[in-house]
Amino acid sequence: MKTTRSHLLLLFSAALIACCVSLEVAATPYTPDDESAVLERLPLRPGDTALAEIRAAQRALAEQPSDATRARQLAQLYIRQARLDADPRYLGYAEAVLAPWWNAPRPPVDILVTRAIILQANHRFDAALADLADALQRDPANTQAWLTRATIEQAQGDYASARQSCLALLRDARDIVAYACLASVASLNGEAERSYAVLRRVVQDTAGLQPDLEQWVQGLLAEMAARRGDATAADAHFRQAFAAGRADSYLLASYADFLLDQGRAADVVALLRQQTRADALLLRLALAEQALNLPTAAEHIAALRSRFDASRLRGDVLHRREEARFHLELLHDPKTALTLAADNWQAQREPADARLLLAAALRAGTPASAQPVREWLARTRLEDVQLARLLKDLAAEAL
Amino acid sequence: MKHALFFLLALLSATAYAHKPSDSYLALSVTGQDVTGRWDIALRDLDYAIGLDRDDDGAITWGEVRARHNEIAAYALAHLRISTGDVACATQPVFQQIDSHSDGAYSVLDFRARCHSEPQLLEIGYRLFAEIDPQHRGLLRLASGDTTQSAILGPAQPQEQFALGAENRLGQFVDYFRDGARHIWIGYDHILFLIALLLPSVLQRRNGRWYGVGDARTAVTDTLKIVTAFTLAHSITLSLAALDVVHLPARLVESAIAASVVLAAVDNLYPRFHRHRWQMAFLFGLMHGFGFAAVLGDLGLAPSARALSLAAFNLGVEAGQLAIVAIFLPLALWARHTWFYARPVMMAGSWSVAVVAGLWLTQRVFKLQLIPG
Repeated sequence: MKTTRSHLLLLFSAALIACCVSLEVAATPYTPDDESAVLERLPLRPGDTALAEIRAAQRALAEQPSDATRARQLAQLYIRQARLDADPRYLGYAEAVLAPWWNAPRPPVDILVTRAIILQANHRFDAALADLADALQRDPANTQAWLTRATIEQAQGDYASARQSCLALLRDARDIVAYACLASVASLNGEAERSYAVLRRVVQDTAGLQPDLEQWVQGLLAEMAARRGDATAADAHFRQAFAAGRADSYLLASYADFLLDQGRAADVVALLRQQTRADALLLRLALAEQALNLPTAAEHIAALRSRFDASRLRGDVLHRREEARFHLELLHDPKTALTLAADNWQAQREPADARLLLAAALRAGTPASAQPVREWLARTRLEDVQLARLLKDLAAEAL
Repeated sequence: MKHALFFLLALLSATAYAHKPSDSYLALSVTGQDVTGRWDIALRDLDYAIGLDRDDDGAITWGEVRARHNEIAAYALAHLRISTGDVACATQPVFQQIDSHSDGAYSVLDFRARCHSEPQLLEIGYRLFAEIDPQHRGLLRLASGDTTQSAILGPAQPQEQFALGAENRLGQFVDYFRDGARHIWIGYDHILFLIALLLPSVLQRRNGRWYGVGDARTAVTDTLKIVTAFTLAHSITLSLAALDVVHLPARLVESAIAASVVLAAVDNLYPRFHRHRWQMAFLFGLMHGFGFAAVLGDLGLAPSARALSLAAFNLGVEAGQLAIVAIFLPLALWARHTWFYARPVMMAGSWSVAVVAGLWLTQRVFKLQLIPG
């Protein structure tokens, strides 16, 4: 039998669904009185290179709809857009593009890997890993597959497997990718200082890094430095990451978290003022506004609440991390936050997930419920100043 | 391939996708042969499907939407099939407006459908955006009389049937009843606990040994007492937990249930409490009730009929339990004087129950996975 958490969560969602359904009914439709009134702005504007690329790829595929390579190229553009805008609609578009191959008994390897990326983004980790295993059996040199696999394993906290997958990259990928992969795993696994130093040296020694690669590695370095408590270095790496190109929502969220930890709420507001579409970014904006006692905080909290309600209505559980933080830090409801954080911990084991559960347990006044995280941290030897601080507070609380 | 290589590490995090996916909200209301509908569909999705932004400036204006009202209604209604007895109810658009949802502006389509007869069973086929976004979902709310039903429709689940009116209550009752009965049959720990308690009911103890009881009536009375106590106890806690009055941690409940099975089995081997088995049944029945509640929590009580679904589930559990007793008791009565019953069944049976339940207890307390269950 499953844990009581999921049962609680189900009862909880049933209640929420009941209340949302009434919310949905309450909304009143209207007829705009002005023909030129703008009702909606599309995320992709004409003039965006991304839109031009997508349209070109759509045309190419329309010419030869049975061409798996063209389909994969379009799907990858959609996946890239999904990441940039934190918008899952594009994942659905990518899936639709791959539809002719999606249910085939033996899709081409590249399609299989792309499908794994989509599955993983929808948090269907086991299905994604199965696709990757299949792909790697047929094409053991597929770097994309190895890296995706390492990523999933790392997020699940399976560092031994993640390291193996990174090692496989050493043979075929450019060195920097393999080193970054290895360093990223090792930095969570008792080697925080050394892996940071090694990766930084590798980056310094590599001339002419491609911009997106530079952005990715600088982002990793920034997070590593932040975990070690070296705020100056972290800030510098974040800046270099931003300088490398248009920041995706992940990088924005990561930097916003760093700034919030540093008590630089005003910088967060400046960074995210325009970023209200993505829930994760709106959440951080609202946190900063709350810290600064800005009047906009209430409005953004209400918007977040209705978005979480709406995704519950559809039965989504992808947002547990954000939702837990929303309940913990914005609604100041540690009990609900704890339930969500504990449930999230079953699916994901990144430092942010650990932190959330520790903080929720601390504020809910139940230090014992942090035990799984405590054991996990002891086992993995994860070094993180924020986690260390929380552990200390929890120990004090337990006394 | 190289181009795509490095977007992956950042791609993983949940943070990256915290954004609302595509949903539409479909509200249907049935009166007699007529169905009235209100369908909220995101302008963004309509734009992707049929193109609303005619001047291609990245902004959708009311003028652009209004110019496409016929196409919007035709596209939407072509992807929705309302039918009864497999005969489609003819749909017709009525009016279109705009509404704001948490993730942007939606087109609101009011429409009507007329079925050939008053539907007892209404079938909904939903294929909106199925070919362009398999992640799209239609959140359906169906009202008829004073009941409201809901469903989440999408490419994986495009068809749904709804029983309307009184039939629906009955259907709900049957569903919960069946789930209750099913649970006691597949939840081995409940069966084993009951069996372990009932094994000695057809026996009596003399000089440290078990013998078959003389008259069957004693055995039946004993069985009845145990079953009644167990039923009473788990009904109490099942109701308390299902109605959210009391909550216990699952690990504690599951471990206590396993412990109860161990205790009942060990008591058959080294009797200490065997004269108080109905009291044991009551005491541990309280724990088993919390276990049933966890399953019911999984199903969720029907919001419109909480009492009904709780009662149906509970009655289902009792029916399942009676079925077990009805199979066990005649066999046990028939075999009670045999060596086979007293030794292999009673002794070896209790030993194996104790071992299995002991393993359950260990894995539930320490969160290991040794054996299934």
